[in-house]
Amino acid sequence: MENFAWVFISALLVNNFVLTYFLGLCPFLGVSGSLETSARLGLATTFVMLVTAVCAWVLNTYILIYAPYLRLICFIVVIASTVQFIEMLIKKLSPALFRAMGIFLPLITTNCAVLGVALLNVQQQHNLLQSALYGFGASAGFALVLIMFSAMRERLATADVPLHFRGAPIALITAGLMALAFMGFTGLANS
Amino acid sequence: MKENLSREEFLKGIWRDNPVFAQVLGMCPMLAVTNSAINAVAMGMATFFVLVGSSFLVSTFRNVIPKQVRISCFIIIIATFVTIADYTLLALVPKVHKELGAFIPLIVANCLILGRQEAFASRYPTKLAVMDALGMATGFVVALFSLGAVREILGDGALFGIKLFGENFEPWIIMILPPGGFLTLGVILLFFNWFQQKKDEFLADVADAERGSR
Repeated sequence: MENFAWVFISALLVNNFVLTYFLGLCPFLGVSGSLETSARLGLATTFVMLVTAVCAWVLNTYILIYAPYLRLICFIVVIASTVQFIEMLIKKLSPALFRAMGIFLPLITTNCAVLGVALLNVQQQHNLLQSALYGFGASAGFALVLIMFSAMRERLATADVPLHFRGAPIALITAGLMALAFMGFTGLANS
Repeated sequence: MKENLSREEFLKGIWRDNPVFAQVLGMCPMLAVTNSAINAVAMGMATFFVLVGSSFLVSTFRNVIPKQVRISCFIIIIATFVTIADYTLLALVPKVHKELGAFIPLIVANCLILGRQEAFASRYPTKLAVMDALGMATGFVVALFSLGAVREILGDGALFGIKLFGENFEPWIIMILPPGGFLTLGVILLFFNWFQQKKDEFLADVADAERGSR
């Protein structure tokens, strides 16, 4: 049981996908302009990552042992179809939520954090429950960092930033300081 | 004319539209693997191969691929090339392959590559598309290498594993850890912004002077 909790905490904080693995940086830097859109994107990504982690595990365990070289192509197809499927599902079940998520759903297909979860699950040889927890932890970590970062960027937008720092440089330096803060969680690994 | 056009496509990727410095694309592999120069170069080469190969294929088949499913087609083409690159690296340099780990397969999700297919290769003839891909890929390798070199020199006091300083050098560990990646790239982008602005000011001055003399 301890092991399962550790998988989750590790993906959420210690090995945070955005700040230590640098996965999902494109939405992180691109979409994090406002707090509200980040929260929606985080929610949508959590859905997709959880489903993808489970699907990819099933596929990898039962089918891909016969053809490991097709892994990458299969995962991509799984992710693309999961995103499509979830889009249809949400549209049917809750049109309000669908409108709220808007264009963010299709964008998730090209989020490398999603593919990263599938690949890292294979690399670390997780079982089904661990895979699901890892996916959930990673996506929760992604959402957490995205929301925190967008809150900071909302402040930065009104701050008096030196001319050449505006835009990407200040965002990256802020992210660097955040990564530095998250390194503090490394201590959890030894306790 | 034709020659000039393709040279122009090649050159723009290296500096003016550099995928990393000017367009801020392909950040994920950019930061993740640049903790040493050798990793950065290996990653750059793999991306180079994938980008050029898939641009060639996409542009050759651009009239055959149906518009509605083009993104899926591009991704499958890219994934094929990435698989080739993955297995090639595994065979040739197993040590580097192990260090890069999951990041080689993750080239598939590099927005730079898909972006070029969508914006350029699917619209232009093969020759121009390949030139564009070569330029963009070179720009990407240059960016990766400069970031990797800065981080390795500061964080480890070495370049390509060769020690540059004496025994007294105290390595700046943070530079090879994740935060260093963000900070270094932030500072490099800062210089790029500064340089671009100086250039714009200079061009504006020249234009003013010309208008004045007329």
